[in-house]
Amino acid sequence: MASPKSRRSGFSKKQQYSVFTGYLLATLGAVLGLALLAISLWQPAIMQPLRGTATTIASPAGEATATARAGKNGIWATISGFWRAGSQNAALREEVEIARIRLAETQAVEAENDRLKALLGLYNQENPPVATTRLVASSSSSVRRFAYIGVGRADGVEIGMPVHSERGVIGRILETSFASSRVLLLTDTESVLPVRRASDQTVAFAEGRGDGFLRIRLINLGLNPLEIGDVFVTSGAGGYYRPGVAVAVLSEITPDGGIAQLIAEPAATNYVSVEPIYEPLAVEAAGVRERDELTEEELAN
Amino acid sequence: MIDRLDPPLQRRAYGGDEINRVQDPWRTNSVHYVTIVLGSLLPLFVIADTMPIAPPLGFILFLGWRLMRPGLMPLWVGVPLGAFDDLFSGQPFGSAIFLWSLTMIALELIETRFPWRGFWQDWFTAGFGILLYIVAAMIVSGATLSAELLIVILPQIALSILLYPLIARVIAFADRFRLSRARRIG
Repeated sequence: MASPKSRRSGFSKKQQYSVFTGYLLATLGAVLGLALLAISLWQPAIMQPLRGTATTIASPAGEATATARAGKNGIWATISGFWRAGSQNAALREEVEIARIRLAETQAVEAENDRLKALLGLYNQENPPVATTRLVASSSSSVRRFAYIGVGRADGVEIGMPVHSERGVIGRILETSFASSRVLLLTDTESVLPVRRASDQTVAFAEGRGDGFLRIRLINLGLNPLEIGDVFVTSGAGGYYRPGVAVAVLSEITPDGGIAQLIAEPAATNYVSVEPIYEPLAVEAAGVRERDELTEEELAN
Repeated sequence: MIDRLDPPLQRRAYGGDEINRVQDPWRTNSVHYVTIVLGSLLPLFVIADTMPIAPPLGFILFLGWRLMRPGLMPLWVGVPLGAFDDLFSGQPFGSAIFLWSLTMIALELIETRFPWRGFWQDWFTAGFGILLYIVAAMIVSGATLSAELLIVILPQIALSILLYPLIARVIAFADRFRLSRARRIG
């Protein structure tokens, strides 16, 4: 529909001024937005308190939708389960048999591991998770891949802590506020995770591509030893992630590594656990100062 | 504001045979803002782990209200509404303030050029606006730009453009609710 009459200025000075002021304010708004945008790109944490509070307020609604989502998944699983119950049952039986055998073998290996570790004097107690929660929200209309969880500083969550599901790594905590946190998912383009091949010690970086796949970049370049179907687990380098947690399966080979698919898809998980940083000392040590000079105190010592 | 239609006609269009009813000023001045704010919030509750799947609902509603009711919202309204959208969209703060303000200015210029428009023309404008918005939002999102990202936003763009007619109907419904004569006088 056409503009209402009141917005056509005509010869009225008052109308002309108000139209002009409108344009002026809108332009100032755009300039303000551009300035804020530049600041947020330069210092991403600066708007964090405001955003964190907003997410904290919105996350109870997310809990409700997360519950509904879990219920819906269950219904679908039940229906599709009925559809091919017989054949699936037989296949599962067979799989369980094999899994039992493997489990026994793994227990043996674990026992030997403990014995060897005890010999070496290495103590590696498993840290209990800081919090167990649901993914309540995500940035589903942006190209950035963030998820939100309904626990925050009040529950002991800190920046940098890894987030796991029962299947493997999902991401790590990027920002925390009082009762909600933002998780940088592995698929985000800014996410880099040190991994190794599960079967040997081939180390690589798993970088998010932004389209649901991870790019595996080998650290030692040369002949590409990877094969399709290789499983990658966290290597523990950098100190954030516990080593040996499943990350991705290779689906395509490229000259410098490959393209891998996630093992733990956040949308398919019910509960996630926030784990403590594996080696806080290593994380601290990795923080390199801009100019690596000794401070006064260090010189005094 | 809206031009007053011929009163009897208006009475029939916005419900009620009673003569002691007028539009509720609260409703008249708030429904459009409430729908846009809800539109900004909704995509938050969709879990998207691999690629952007939800259309930028807040922006589409904002665009729709602006196209269907020119002059209803002041020209600077992109600042507060954009700021709210930025809190939840996952984009760096300021991106929606900037892009929504530019949208307001651009639509104002289009409006002076084409004062009378039909639905198809509005859909074209909205579709083009959505395309530009999603691409611009990708550029300023702080992500490392790559060919994969461009491919990933294509389904989102297509979905958003195809969703516009539906959103237009929702807006029309909300507008009827907004202008309904709900307040009893006397």
